Amino acid sequence: MEPIDQELDPAEIELPAEPMLLNVGPAHPAMHGTVRIVMELSGESIERCDVQVGYLHRGFEKMCERGTWTQVFPYVDRCNYVSPMLNNVGFALACEKMLGITVPERCQWYRMALGELARMSDHLTCDGAMAMELGAFTPFLWMIKGREMIWDLMEEETGARLTHSFGRVGGMAHPPTAGFKENAKAVTTHILGIIEEVERLLLGNRIFLDRLEGVGVVSAEDAISLGWTGPCLRACGVAYDVRKSHPYLRYDEVEFEVPVGQAGDSFDRFMVRIAELKQSASIVRQCIERMADTGPVNVTDPRVILPPKEEVYSTIEGTIQHFKIVMEGLKLPAGEVYAYSEGGNGEMGFYLVSDGSGTPYRLRIRPPCFYVTGGLERVITGAMMADVVPSFGSLNMIGGECDR
Amino acid sequence: MSKALIDIIKQKFPADVLESHSQRGDDTVVVYAARWKDIARFLKDDPRADMSMLIDLTAVDYPERTPRFEVVAHLYSLSKGHRLRLKARVGDQAGTSVEIDSVADLWASANWAERECWDMFGVRFKGHPDLRRILLYPEFEGHPLRKDYPADRIQPLVPYREVPNVDKVAPFRADEGMSFGRQTFASGPSTDDDDVN
Repeated sequence: MEPIDQELDPAEIELPAEPMLLNVGPAHPAMHGTVRIVMELSGESIERCDVQVGYLHRGFEKMCERGTWTQVFPYVDRCNYVSPMLNNVGFALACEKMLGITVPERCQWYRMALGELARMSDHLTCDGAMAMELGAFTPFLWMIKGREMIWDLMEEETGARLTHSFGRVGGMAHPPTAGFKENAKAVTTHILGIIEEVERLLLGNRIFLDRLEGVGVVSAEDAISLGWTGPCLRACGVAYDVRKSHPYLRYDEVEFEVPVGQAGDSFDRFMVRIAELKQSASIVRQCIERMADTGPVNVTDPRVILPPKEEVYSTIEGTIQHFKIVMEGLKLPAGEVYAYSEGGNGEMGFYLVSDGSGTPYRLRIRPPCFYVTGGLERVITGAMMADVVPSFGSLNMIGGECDR
Repeated sequence: MSKALIDIIKQKFPADVLESHSQRGDDTVVVYAARWKDIARFLKDDPRADMSMLIDLTAVDYPERTPRFEVVAHLYSLSKGHRLRLKARVGDQAGTSVEIDSVADLWASANWAERECWDMFGVRFKGHPDLRRILLYPEFEGHPLRKDYPADRIQPLVPYREVPNVDKVAPFRADEGMSFGRQTFASGPSTDDDDVN
C-alpha cells in the first residue's frame, strides 16, 4: 500500500463541479422494463431526470383498427404480459357493455377465478423482481416458482402459458376443465405458503427494509393528480379499487378487503401487493366454491358467439353463423363506451368507438402503467442514485402495457 | 346520479355545451374547444363535480368531419365516485392546425397523456410544459393514429444523431476502446509485441 500523503492540500484536489449526465437503460439489468432514464447527478443525488418510454411500442391501437373485434384479443394479451387474463376479461367486458349483454353466472365466476390468478402472477412477479433487484435472489426464485404454478394451471385451462387469447365476447373460449377447482385450490395453497416464507425471509431483513422504507415517497395528492391507480395508489392510503368501488362481474358477492398503505413509499407498495396476494387467493377460493360444475359458459346469442363445431359441420345455419362472425366480425352497435376493470397495476380502461361495422373504429386502451410511470420523474427527483432501482421496481412498469 | 352533473355544466356554461348524452351509462358532454380548459377547471374545483382524477385523455380522428378531431377526456371523482367523458372538437381538414388548451397544470396525469395525444394524432396542446413525442422517436414523420396514415407506411432510416459537445459517439473506430473479442490481429496502434504473435 502506498503511504497516505498527509501534506495534501484539499484545494489541490480537483473534482468536477458540473453535474454528471448519466444514462440508464433502455436495456439495463437492474431495470424492470425497457425504459430509459436520463439523470443529471450531483454527487449521488438526482437533480433532474427525464424518463423516456416507448421502446416497446408496437402500434397496438393502429393494429386493432385493421381486424375484427375478436381479433383484438391476441393483442390485449401482449399488453400486460404478466397478467394477460385480466386484459382478456377487461376487453371482453368492454365489448359486452357495448352490446348490452351479460355472460352466464358460471362464466362470471370462472372469469373472476382466472383473473385473480393472473393478478397473483402479476404481484408475485413484481415483488419477486423487486427483491431480486435488491440482491435477494432466493425470494425471487420462490415467487417465480409460484408464478410457474399459476402458468401451469393457465396452460391446463387455456392451452397457453402466457398469451392465452382465451376471452371471447360473450363468454370464454372453453368451459373450465374437470380438474380446475382442484388445481386452483392446490395452487393457491402453495402460493400462500410461499408468501409466508418470503415474508419470514424478507421482513426481518434490515438491509431490505432500509432500502425500501421511506424511499420513493409519494403523497396521496400527488398520486391522485398523476392518475395513479391500483396498488401504487392504495399504498398512498387511497382505498380506490375498481372491484370495490364499482363492482363488475360478481365482485360485490365475494368478501375481500382493500389493503392500503400509509406512507406511500416503496415498502408500502411492496406490502400492499403481498396483502393483495392473500386477498386474491381468498377470492379464488370463494369463486371456485360458488362456480357451478355444469351449465352454460357462453351466451346463446347467435350474433355474438360462435356455434359449436358439430353444428358448423352439419347444419347450414351453423355454417352461415360461423362464416358471418369469422369473416365479417361481430357487429358492435355504433357508439362509444368506456369500460374499466381492475388490472394488475390499476384501472384498466378500454375506450371503444364503433361505427357499426365489424372493425373497431378506434380502440383506446387506458394503461395503468403509463400513468404510474409518468410519475417516476417526480418520485426519483431529489433521491439518491441507488434509490432508483427499488422505487422503479415498486411501480411495476410493464413495458408492453406502458408503450403498447 | 351524474345526469345531474351534465345539468350542472349546462347551467354553468349554457352557451358552450354542444351536445350531451348518456349512452350506455357513460355521461358525455361535448363542449367548445375554446372553453375546454375553463370547463375542466370548473369540473375539478366545483364541490358538486370534484373531478379529482383525469383518468385518460386521448383523441379520435374523423377525417370526413370538420372539425376533424375529437379530444376525449375521462374524468373521475374519487370522493363522489362518478365519471364524466368530456369531449371537444378541434382541427381543420388538413390536420395542420389542431390546437387545444393543455390541462397539464390541473392534473399532472395530463402531461404524458397529452404528449401521447400529440405523438399519435398531432393535436397541439397550448401551454403544455414539454410537448415532445413520447412513444415514438423525434425523427418520426407523421402521426400514426390518424386515419390518413397508412398502416404499412415505412419510415425513413434515421442517421446517427449529432450530439453537441461530444466529439465522438458510437461506433468507435476499430482501434478504439476495448474489443470484446480476443485481440489477435497484428495491426494496431501498438506494435511492441508483434513478434509474440
